Amino acid sequence: MARRRGERVTRWLVGGPPGAFLLLFFLLPSLIMIVASFRYPGEFGGLAPLFPAGPGEEGGLTTENYRVFFSDWIYFQIFLKSFGVAAFTTLVCLLMAYPIALLIARSPHQRRDLMVLLVVLPFASNFLVRVYAWMIILGPFDLLFTRSAVILGLVYVHLPFMVLPLYTNLEKHDPVLLDAAQDLGATGWSRFWRVTFPLSLPGIFSGSALVFIPVLGVFAIPEILGGIHDWLVGNMIKEAFLGVRDWPFGSMLSLMLTVCVLAVAGAAAWLAARGLQRA
Amino acid sequence: MTAILEIRNVTRRFGDFAAVNDVSLSVASGEFFTLLGPSGCGKTTLLRMIAGFDDPDAGEILLGGKDLTGTAPERRPIHTVFQSYALFPHMTVAQNVAFPLKMAKRPAEEIDRRVREALELVHLAEKRTSFPHELSGGQKQRVALARGLINRPRLLLLDEPLGALDAKLREEMQIELIAMQRELGITFVFVTHSQPEALALSHRIAVMNAGRIEQMDEPSKIYGFPRNRFVADFIGHCNMLEARVADATPQGLRLEVPGLGAVAAPPADGARAGASGVLAIRPEQVRIAAPDAALDLQNRFGGKVRDFLYVGDVTTYVVDLESGARVEALLANSAPGRAKFFEVGDAVQVAWRHDAGAFLHG
Repeated sequence: MARRRGERVTRWLVGGPPGAFLLLFFLLPSLIMIVASFRYPGEFGGLAPLFPAGPGEEGGLTTENYRVFFSDWIYFQIFLKSFGVAAFTTLVCLLMAYPIALLIARSPHQRRDLMVLLVVLPFASNFLVRVYAWMIILGPFDLLFTRSAVILGLVYVHLPFMVLPLYTNLEKHDPVLLDAAQDLGATGWSRFWRVTFPLSLPGIFSGSALVFIPVLGVFAIPEILGGIHDWLVGNMIKEAFLGVRDWPFGSMLSLMLTVCVLAVAGAAAWLAARGLQRA
Repeated sequence: MTAILEIRNVTRRFGDFAAVNDVSLSVASGEFFTLLGPSGCGKTTLLRMIAGFDDPDAGEILLGGKDLTGTAPERRPIHTVFQSYALFPHMTVAQNVAFPLKMAKRPAEEIDRRVREALELVHLAEKRTSFPHELSGGQKQRVALARGLINRPRLLLLDEPLGALDAKLREEMQIELIAMQRELGITFVFVTHSQPEALALSHRIAVMNAGRIEQMDEPSKIYGFPRNRFVADFIGHCNMLEARVADATPQGLRLEVPGLGAVAAPPADGARAGASGVLAIRPEQVRIAAPDAALDLQNRFGGKVRDFLYVGDVTTYVVDLESGARVEALLANSAPGRAKFFEVGDAVQVAWRHDAGAFLHG
């Protein structure tokens, strides 16, 4: 009994602080944001009071933000474009990261750490500096302020987030499985498609999530490399908070984005589970 | 008996180290052939070369008379059962077993039928939709076996396939392996470091050591007539007494064993007077009896029981002879009389027939 209680205390001591941190700085702000999306903007930014001081004063709760969102095509279009850009970026990252991850995972042990270091090395220099560097590179090619420039920048920044989970997964594969497949008659392609690829699906899913979700929220890269004509959801949210200072509208956009991401993630998880069951 | 697999003067070096050194052997069609040896003796390297995962530096490997050099593993009609089973974790039992047929592009209905048959053969019909992680060690072993056999390879290589099983299951699987091999008539090349397993399963055994074959013969010959010190020591238990040949006749040898004096032994090839070596004699060939018992045996020595090991069916006695030599003797506990025959410290005599044991050079 005493031992059990000791274990329980340890569990709270270990799990408590980070749990409290998440509660305080993630769950609570999320709730504040939900409420904020139903409020009026303050006169000079911020929020109008929840309880108006007198008649004629603006305040209280409203569904106006949602009405605007659902009544104008433009928001739907920007959302759709953002999801398209994010999906395309994820796909390009996957196609580029897979060979890199495979190469690292099949290298001799002592060389792997160095290669992983090289993959994460770009993080050592400032993110904005790296994106501005692309401006200088792309300028002479007349590619600046195009959709291609945005995607190039997004892929460049997010590639390591795809490489690392894929490598972690591929590195764990037992090489004897490939020997067995070959021994039983599988050629190179069959060995990849029937053994390596299906076993790497968890790595593909986590890598894709790590690229797709952040890309949906970016605003700096489209702003720097895409110019003002190629806005994504991230730019819209940033502009709502910092540009027109309409906090409730920004909160609403942010919330809608979260809902969409959860819906996509849920659909992907469902499809993955069904795929595994069938396989 | 026609040879299906022929290995001719195969050598494989890793740097200066010859893992397989000028090995030649041939395996007959339908044979259960075992490569037996301690770890690092080259048996696994040899197996990998037969499967095609490694190439010999010299010599050739022929299957059905055709040289296999340059043929990729996936093109060889040879399948392997790996030590770790190497089942595909993302496939069900049925999908694992179907894999070789799928690779051979057999029609779907044929695959279905043959997978069903194969799973029935290994008693796993009800597990067809399970995944490998849901199976016990013995069941995984059976799946690996079914997968290796389903496309009827001309040769099935088994790399210590029973190594990971506990003793009881091991014995069951051994019996099943023998039955399956006989029923299907597929040639097995089995690799193991376990000598009881090799003796129990094989038609023929090649005992390997340091990249070479020390002796190749039927199990009873390997056990009964080890050709050298290594084989005698590696296969089963063996008493080894340093000896010198005093006299050699076609009827037998007279050996001089330091401390024991004259010992009679069966004739040995090339044993001349003056040659030195060891007398190898198995514990079960050594009789142990009370000092006053009348034993009509030529080689008879007095001693004291130093230790004994009771294992149920038999007891092994370690006897210190008066001369200082030490001999192990086996006594069956089924013999009438007391459960235990001798205690530590008891005076006893040990004896063996003049034609028991073998003189080994070197």
